[in-house]
Amino acid sequence: MRTAPRPLAFLQGLLLSTGLAVTLAACSGASDPAAGGSSDAPASAATAGTLTVITHDSFALSDAAKAKFEAETGLSVTYVAPGNAGTVVNELVLTKDSPLGDVVFGIDNTFAGRAVDAGVLAPYTPADLPAGAADFAADGSGELTPIDFGDVCLNADTVWFADHSLAVPVTLDDLLKPEYKDLLVVTNPATSSPGLAFLLATIGAKGDPGYLDYWAALKANGVKVAASWSDAYGVDFSGSSGKGAYPLVVSYASSPMYEMGDDGSAPTTALAETCFRQVEYAGVIAGAANPEGAQQFIDFLLTDAVQSEIPDTMYMLPVSSSASLPAAWARVLNVSPHPWTVSAADIAAHRDEWISEWTTTVL
Amino acid sequence: MDDDGSVRRWRRPGDRAPAVQGVAALLPLAFLAVFFAYPVVTLVARGFRGDAGWTLAPVIDVLASPRTGRIVRQTLLLAVTGTAASLVLGVPGAYVLYRLRFRGQRALRALVAVPFVLPSVVVGVAFRSLLAVGGPLGRLGLNESFAAIVLALVFFNYSVVVRTVGALWAGLDRRTADAARSLGAGPVRVFRTITLRALAPAIASAAALVFLFCASAFGVVLVLGGTRWGTVETEIWYQTTQLLNLPAAAALSIVQLVLVTATLAVANATRARQERALRLTGRPSAQPVRRSDAPALIVTGLALALLVLPLATLVTRSFRTASGWGLDHYAALATAGAGTLTVTVWRAVANSLVTAVAAAGLALALGFLASFVLSGRRRGRLAGFFDAAFMLPLGISAVTVGFGFLISLNRPPLDLRTSWALIPLAQAMVALPLVVRTLLPTWRALDPRLREAAATLGARPARVFATVDLPFLRRGLGLAAGFAFATSLGEFGATSFLARPDKPTLPVVVYRLISRPGVDNFGLAMAAAVVLAVLTATVMAVAELLGPKEAVGW
Repeated sequence: MRTAPRPLAFLQGLLLSTGLAVTLAACSGASDPAAGGSSDAPASAATAGTLTVITHDSFALSDAAKAKFEAETGLSVTYVAPGNAGTVVNELVLTKDSPLGDVVFGIDNTFAGRAVDAGVLAPYTPADLPAGAADFAADGSGELTPIDFGDVCLNADTVWFADHSLAVPVTLDDLLKPEYKDLLVVTNPATSSPGLAFLLATIGAKGDPGYLDYWAALKANGVKVAASWSDAYGVDFSGSSGKGAYPLVVSYASSPMYEMGDDGSAPTTALAETCFRQVEYAGVIAGAANPEGAQQFIDFLLTDAVQSEIPDTMYMLPVSSSASLPAAWARVLNVSPHPWTVSAADIAAHRDEWISEWTTTVL
Repeated sequence: MDDDGSVRRWRRPGDRAPAVQGVAALLPLAFLAVFFAYPVVTLVARGFRGDAGWTLAPVIDVLASPRTGRIVRQTLLLAVTGTAASLVLGVPGAYVLYRLRFRGQRALRALVAVPFVLPSVVVGVAFRSLLAVGGPLGRLGLNESFAAIVLALVFFNYSVVVRTVGALWAGLDRRTADAARSLGAGPVRVFRTITLRALAPAIASAAALVFLFCASAFGVVLVLGGTRWGTVETEIWYQTTQLLNLPAAAALSIVQLVLVTATLAVANATRARQERALRLTGRPSAQPVRRSDAPALIVTGLALALLVLPLATLVTRSFRTASGWGLDHYAALATAGAGTLTVTVWRAVANSLVTAVAAAGLALALGFLASFVLSGRRRGRLAGFFDAAFMLPLGISAVTVGFGFLISLNRPPLDLRTSWALIPLAQAMVALPLVVRTLLPTWRALDPRLREAAATLGARPARVFATVDLPFLRRGLGLAAGFAFATSLGEFGATSFLARPDKPTLPVVVYRLISRPGVDNFGLAMAAAVVLAVLTATVMAVAELLGPKEAVGW
């Protein structure tokens, strides 16, 4: 008889190891409530001289700015970027009993409601908000400080429309016209944050349940759904270097800035009446080991120096009206005067339901 | 009837003390228990905890829902088709690239390893560019089809089959087959009864690996599947990171666990039936190309075309600039992409290399110990368990592990959640099964009579190991090191969860750039992806060189 491994044998082994791990988990579970008090600090930030900043994966600051903050405060800063805004908020919710860090940047208005409802943030409002910032305030909770904003808008390849002697569409309703059949690519709101923002634009414009009729009509007019922004913009859109087949795409108001040629002319344009405004916030994490440092970091994000960096590093617009914009932005950027809006509370209450209804209607 | 002398079953001489085996087993197991089993079980357990205590209902609801059923069916269909296609193309490829001998062979071996480590977001864009309406292959009508996903899965996994099978095939003693031939067996019969049976353990190993890779495919399915195709992996990502639906995460993780366990059970049964001591020679047994090799050459040519086309798309787009064609994007590698990145691309390359050295070193050390224990067949029962344990990280979602980390490794001394060290640790876990799989067939196939002879002649265990085991293992070790290093270089899933914006790795930088508008960002992303590809090919070529080319005769 040979003693070769039999399937059953390792199933037993598997159960054995699972049992071991369950025991471990149970042990830690038992200690959770006792340690759940807000004064319990994570080890990584236990000393006063350190600060852990949690951000979304689009966060960027120049080395000079980071060094300046460390020099001025004497803090040693660790930056952690676990994913998109949704992932960040969900991780904060999951680790409420043992916070990941001290301060968070990058919660946007589509996820703000969830963060506030879950109680993962501590109240903090900077003493001197820069001019203009108050216009972007989230809600009455006093937990979220606006840092930057950007409009998600449809982008049009103006060269394509000129070549085809077709007028560039202006409104959401234009997209339902037969001459614009099979020209639009959007991204799936379930997997893409600009996709969700554009869905919210249609909800802001058409209401609930009116948006579903609108999407049914868009579908009948040949809208294409891509999984991610890079996929839609980089492959399907005709106005990017991908030279795809669709001259209309969901993107940002700032995107045309990056398609500009050397002569300063942009071959694409953002459609100002199709926009949803994303605002990104920072907040002090409840139970932070270094709440003072967290507050200092939020103040720092609102200084003119950092605010002026935001367009180049994060492709968003500063909330502070005293920040300076890059010359090209000031000239070309089309900030929508009337973006469509949906309140953070409404989004928190209905997001999953809207996405699932959208999926049923469109896919 | 297998026990006809030349292929008798392997029995270990009593030169491995149980204590040595025990210690060797303990280290890798402890690593897995702390950094894998504990986080995963903690997260799954959280899914069973309702507002009013423990409950089964939400998890069972998810398991019973039609959506879960559809996802599981799609996952199985994709994984089975992807594995079958990879084997059909890969086994002839192993023959051509490892058994035959011709000029340029080494370059081709290095080339086939490249796709394995490319970030899936880049591969997705490359395939979509090829297949999209108006793309070079747009007429095939494969855009967002089942076939497109399967092609991409083969693109990723071809090298796994070629290398796992090839490493064994290269060292297979030709004399057994020659003997059969001279006794009148035709080439087909020789292949079926001698070669294929000898290769069976490696083929089973490769099939299990590829199946697990396909079943847990994430990026390519998301990008190429459009909105119609999903896998358990994409569903876990969506339910966990976007909806924080923990019962769904728990239910789907359990589905993955069952899937992995069943795969390993089948693969193990196959191996146990087929495995025996092969005759491995140290002598080069490669043969020159003959006319009868034409079918294998044609299949391999087709497979290489499938590999090269998307890579060519990447290279082409890396040269396309705002004003035509040029090297602008390569020059920009020394910049931080006009502010889009926090570091220069070259700096990210350095970060990647440092991380990969740490991860590959750890994976190699643990994998060496693990495969040592696994090859000791006298502990059959436990060996089966170890075998499964070391494969599990391949089949379980990085999201489950990543979110598990957050709620389990959250107390000193193990609060590594925001530490850089977690990145090489996570990558080592992903590379570990590959290391074990690469070393195991060679180690198991080592003729025990060599060790017995050495022991009889008075060599102590350490000397037996150094003079008998190690020379044979060197080739496997070289390959394993290459795989581990390359895996770490290209790893994105776990890394992106733990990403440190001030210390990004190359795949993170590529992802970052590709998520930004503008021809400069896109071109720089492509140039960075080409750098990643060249780096990988170089690593794999060096790993090949580490293996002995010339005789290690006995």
